[in-house]
Amino acid sequence: MKNVLCTNDLTKTYQLDDEIIMAVDQVSFEVNAGEFIGLVGPSGSGKTSLLAMIAGLLSPNGGKIILAGEPLSEMSESQRTKFRRQKIGFTFQTNNLVNFLNVRENVELMLRLNGKLDAEGKERAVELLDRLGLGERLHNLPSQLSGGQRQRVAIARSLIHDPELVLADEPTASLDTTLAFQVVETFSQLIHEQNRVGIMVTHDLRMCRYTDRVFQMVDGKLARIISDADEIQQLAKTDN
Amino acid sequence: MNLSVAIYLAFKELWRFRGRYLLVSLVIALITLLVIFLAALGEGLANGNKEYISKLDGELLLYQEQANLSVSASQLGRSAMNDIRRLSGVADAGAIGTSSVFIDYAGAEESESVSLLGVEPGYPGEPAVERGEQMGSLRANEAIIDRNTARNTGLDVGDTLLINATQGTVDEQYPLKVVGVTDGQQYFIQPSVIIPLYTWDRVRPRPTSTVGPSELTFNIANVKLEDPAEIESVSRLLEERVSGIEAVDRVTAYEATPGYVEQASTLNTQRGFTLLIGVLVVGGFFQIQTLQKVGQVGMLKALGASNFVVGVSATIQIVTVNTLGVIIGGLSTLLLTMFLPPSIPIVFIGQEILVAVLTLLIIGPLGGMVSIRYLLRVEPLTALGLAN
Repeated sequence: MKNVLCTNDLTKTYQLDDEIIMAVDQVSFEVNAGEFIGLVGPSGSGKTSLLAMIAGLLSPNGGKIILAGEPLSEMSESQRTKFRRQKIGFTFQTNNLVNFLNVRENVELMLRLNGKLDAEGKERAVELLDRLGLGERLHNLPSQLSGGQRQRVAIARSLIHDPELVLADEPTASLDTTLAFQVVETFSQLIHEQNRVGIMVTHDLRMCRYTDRVFQMVDGKLARIISDADEIQQLAKTDN
Repeated sequence: MNLSVAIYLAFKELWRFRGRYLLVSLVIALITLLVIFLAALGEGLANGNKEYISKLDGELLLYQEQANLSVSASQLGRSAMNDIRRLSGVADAGAIGTSSVFIDYAGAEESESVSLLGVEPGYPGEPAVERGEQMGSLRANEAIIDRNTARNTGLDVGDTLLINATQGTVDEQYPLKVVGVTDGQQYFIQPSVIIPLYTWDRVRPRPTSTVGPSELTFNIANVKLEDPAEIESVSRLLEERVSGIEAVDRVTAYEATPGYVEQASTLNTQRGFTLLIGVLVVGGFFQIQTLQKVGQVGMLKALGASNFVVGVSATIQIVTVNTLGVIIGGLSTLLLTMFLPPSIPIVFIGQEILVAVLTLLIIGPLGGMVSIRYLLRVEPLTALGLAN
């Protein structure tokens, strides 16, 4: 199995007045291609800070991140911007779509940013949207879509440029339960089909049923990695 | 590639939210209308004061030394002209007398107020005619009218006009034949009638009813130099050799017109404040826009859009909205002036208008600078709610 993401003693601290807060404390893990990871933990446990560092949005205070064989933690800001554009796909909790671009244009945006928008790319965007049940919504603006449809557009956008890593920050936070399950299930299917690495931050443990492994964060530390499928299903039944 | 993405994003947003952006363009159009109108009015008023002087074929104007550059207070004698013309460096010179009168003409509903300018035919000071012919002699009962007089009165070559002048306590009327029409030659915010100097001395309003035996006086002299580059030295020479005169260039001369500087500075102040309002309106609008889309910009940056894309895109939008506003405003001003009476002195040419338009084109980027700076500082972490 191809190792795509590797962190080694990853650390992030914040200074608050005279106090130093350890947001991420020496976190090490490896993720292989085709794996879908659930990153869970209580508020303030460091999961979003960890996600931000893996995404190259935040510089670590210590440790290393190797993504697709490249030392992300050692790159300059402009290098990281370019790297994000090419190698990472995102789905956010809010502000997910560009409000003046229609569904198709939002998905094509990643290809456009990478200078790869050609006829084949446009066709793939339509196919992907069709697959996500948005074939009839290609020309709708985000304001004309439901929350679930918006998240599915964001999923399409996060995958269209063939990234190595797809990150999702609380993608189901604003959705009802049925929609939330649909969105995560689709996300999981696509990650597996396309052999990407997917990491989803969620506070909703029920969503972990579609993941291959679950990383549990507590007080900035990677307290537990759950790999056993039964154990994950058990966790997914836990009442939040 | 980055540039094409920036252009794409800029115009997509402008088009999708065209109503909102058009509204700002219309506000800029109103500001443009006001600024250009003030500039055109300033140009028109200034032109009305200086047009005849600024078009004189000559480099220097001579005033009576103690007149403090006031044309009406300045009185020069005919004999001074001989001294002036003989001086080395002077190519030619002409006397100019000014007064203000009412004229009548066939079919006139009411008398027309004009500047009556007495000049020496064939000498600097007599404007070239566009149609008809130049005046014949110093005493001819002839007149050249400027384009404005022709437009206001309908007079043309071959017509007769009547000069109404009160001389002493007697109201007199002097018929003069129009022999030529010249271009715009306004003086003292009035259209002009140019007549031979001796005729002018005879028909102009005066406190006594008869022309006295004393020497003919006029107001100023227009001097054409052999070499315009020698203006400083010839000016000094004239003041040394011809007693009791002050020599100045044309710009100094018309800037010394009573009220000219005050009028110009008043209009410039109004224009300055209007431009300031423009900067604040554009700046305010784009700042509000920026604050509304901080989250979206953060998301774009997280996706990998560079600061170049974000900054250039915003700049393109600001410049486009502003330029559209200036174009709409400029065309509206032209349209508006078609419905204004000709008595309002508006001139749409000249440096003033050019400066106004250029300044208006700059206010957009200037006003939007704060919001562009703000956009560049939005952190991609905002997309994850971590920026603070």
